[in-house]
Amino acid sequence: MSKAPAKTTKPGDAEVTGHEWDGIKEFNNPLPRWWLWTFYVTIVWAIGYTIAYPAWPLLKGATPGILGASTRADVAADIKRFADANAPIEARLVAADLTEIAGDPALASYAANAGKAVFATWCAQCHGAGAGGNVGYPNLLDNDWLWGGDIEAIHTTITHGIRNTESADARYSEMPKFGADGLLEAPQIGEVVHYVLQLSGQAHDAAKAEAGAVVFADNCAACHADDGTGNRDLGAPNLTDAIWLYGGSEATLTETVTNARFGVMPNWSTRLSEAEIRSVAAYVHGLGGGE
Amino acid sequence: MWDYLKLIALGAVAVLAAYAATLARDLPYLVNAIEVALVAGVAFVWILFAMGKRTPAPANEYMDGVVRAGVIATAGWGIVGFLVGATIAFQLAFPSLNYEWAQGILNFGRLRPLHTSAVIFAFGGNALIMSSFYIVQRTCATRLWGGNLGWFVFWGWQVMILLAASSYVLGGTQGKEYAETVWYIDIWIAVVWVAYLVVYMGTLLKRKEPHIYVANWFILSMIITIAMLHIVNNLAVPVSFFGSVSVQLMGGVQDAMTQWWYGHNAVGFFLTAGFLGMMYYFVPKQAERPIYSYKLSIVHFWALIFLYIWAGPHHLHYTALPDWASTLGMVFSIMLWMPSWGGMINGLMTLSGAWDKLRTDPVIRMMVVSVGFYGMSTFEGPMMSIKAVNSLSHYTDWTIGHVHSGALGWNGMITFGALYFLTPKLWARERLYSLTLVSWHFWLATIGIVLYASSMWVTGIMEGLMWREVDANGFLVNAFSDTVAAKFPMYVVRATGGTLFLTGALIMCYNLWATVAKQPRKAAAAVNAVPAE
Repeated sequence: MSKAPAKTTKPGDAEVTGHEWDGIKEFNNPLPRWWLWTFYVTIVWAIGYTIAYPAWPLLKGATPGILGASTRADVAADIKRFADANAPIEARLVAADLTEIAGDPALASYAANAGKAVFATWCAQCHGAGAGGNVGYPNLLDNDWLWGGDIEAIHTTITHGIRNTESADARYSEMPKFGADGLLEAPQIGEVVHYVLQLSGQAHDAAKAEAGAVVFADNCAACHADDGTGNRDLGAPNLTDAIWLYGGSEATLTETVTNARFGVMPNWSTRLSEAEIRSVAAYVHGLGGGE
Repeated sequence: MWDYLKLIALGAVAVLAAYAATLARDLPYLVNAIEVALVAGVAFVWILFAMGKRTPAPANEYMDGVVRAGVIATAGWGIVGFLVGATIAFQLAFPSLNYEWAQGILNFGRLRPLHTSAVIFAFGGNALIMSSFYIVQRTCATRLWGGNLGWFVFWGWQVMILLAASSYVLGGTQGKEYAETVWYIDIWIAVVWVAYLVVYMGTLLKRKEPHIYVANWFILSMIITIAMLHIVNNLAVPVSFFGSVSVQLMGGVQDAMTQWWYGHNAVGFFLTAGFLGMMYYFVPKQAERPIYSYKLSIVHFWALIFLYIWAGPHHLHYTALPDWASTLGMVFSIMLWMPSWGGMINGLMTLSGAWDKLRTDPVIRMMVVSVGFYGMSTFEGPMMSIKAVNSLSHYTDWTIGHVHSGALGWNGMITFGALYFLTPKLWARERLYSLTLVSWHFWLATIGIVLYASSMWVTGIMEGLMWREVDANGFLVNAFSDTVAAKFPMYVVRATGGTLFLTGALIMCYNLWATVAKQPRKAAAAVNAVPAE
């Protein structure tokens, strides 16, 4: 046994077991009653629960439990309940002309609700929870539209997407890499960038901009139009407003002209139902910029 | 003779590792191979120079050198783990702290496994190894068995930590939570762990006491079960001997179930049973009172280790796991409640008759708070395992709060208590340098934990409710990003709590250092002598 231990017990203490390790003794107290009974209760409850719910594995499958509970069936029932409740109005939504939705209070309110949820789940990652956009992902709140802002155009964009390889009907256009592919020399790029700065009303070098106007007319006007206001059929942005998808500084514009941009959006037709696409189209259309 | 064998083995390892480095297929493997070569080389040189100079260890003294090294390692790795934890807490609150220049090394995804492994395996593992080596010698009244095998366990564990940490930040992982270490590190862990078992069993077998003290039951159950869990969960086939990537033997839901059988019992045996072993020694020693109930310790020990091993499926409620497995995981977790609380009752009731010490001894206060957090998190755990509760709490920050009230409150505080108890004893100092600093540590840590746990309850329940909120038509009301934005203030509170906890630990390190450096050595001779029969 250990060397003389400090006295650890006092008069009136319970009896000790007689064992001692490095001065540590043990009282011979009984199990606390409340502890023991609570333990028993949890065991009885556990047995009861395993009778009521699927629990014990057998050779094939497991005991189903007398309540017939199933978490998968619960989820399926929840989904079916909402699907059944929404079926009539969704049928009307799909049958309606897209332009009628806003004028029909029942359809408009359902589409706004459903569209908001679809947007929050699928669109917010790129366009932002408030649809304010991000660098490379258009702001959907303003009235500047690359491919058109009436509800039909929005519906087409969502259904087929932009520049993806999945949908044959995806909106498509490709800006040439004027610098990287050697279509323009570096000084010409500098000039046309200053012309674009001038177009958008920013500080610019007048001499360069004047030379850039010629470069613009020869290389850019075909898509961005002679006056730089763009062309929605080609998704070519309006360069005269102060709204930029990738940025309007000299450095960013030089990067854009040199290496071009190629923004992609998925075709949602394979992931969302027609009712969901129509709802989110109506939602986006109603955000403020819809035409 | 033995030294020559060691030299040959270490030389071979160094050469083979250097050769493997030239064939490395990925960065983590390359860096790990270089580290192994360097470590083996250093050990080679050290043994070469020490040859013939070492005196045989005195058999009539406890082997405390390895415990002293363990105290230093525990405190040091604790700081590393808490620092990385506070860092990633701030990264979650302020994502811009994931600096562009540090991508792929110090971003959240790389640092998170570094944090969890550092606190569980480096801080907790060293705490368990060093305190179990201390406890088993004292309660068996005999020197640690196996000669330098104890030192092998210590250094082997540090090498594991080095390899794991450098591999994590370079992207080496097998993608299993708390078992991220890649295949060759897993093999090394198994080797070191078996050596630990051998040292421990050897010491128990040559004990001079007639009975085995309850602390040793818990620690032994921990060592045996962790060996089993670690090996089964890490069954994998390496893609190449010269790469860190491996393929798990089990797939799909079987792999998930094995992982959480491991994961839950890593909590159950590493962080609960092992630390209960610490509690059963240090609480009665510090309180200078007998253990409250021998019967309770037996009954709750066997109930705990029998029930814990079945509770893992509660980590996989509402997943691909079949309903029946989910049910069993839940009911075993509920039945686990009282066996877990047995340890709390025995810890707290041991103090009855010594409550006055709570006023005067901040170390006792730390242990009481530790046992209190143990009781709270072992109630919270069974509650969260109930399917209906879990459907709200799963995947939310509530889980993170639960883990931290257990890890910071229970594991952290009992380890701090043990470090405060051991340092003066191991370095033969009369007392700690400053009890005032212990009080500071106590309050900083306690307030830090409370801030951490309560902020995670708030955000956890909030995001759980936000995720499931649907409108009248059944559409989700919130985007995921809405929940992220809503959590921001609580993330700042959590990071603040973690920083307070880290500050307390830094104060402890200073206090322990000052105890050794500034306190006079105790006059009494042979403080670590093994008592005579």
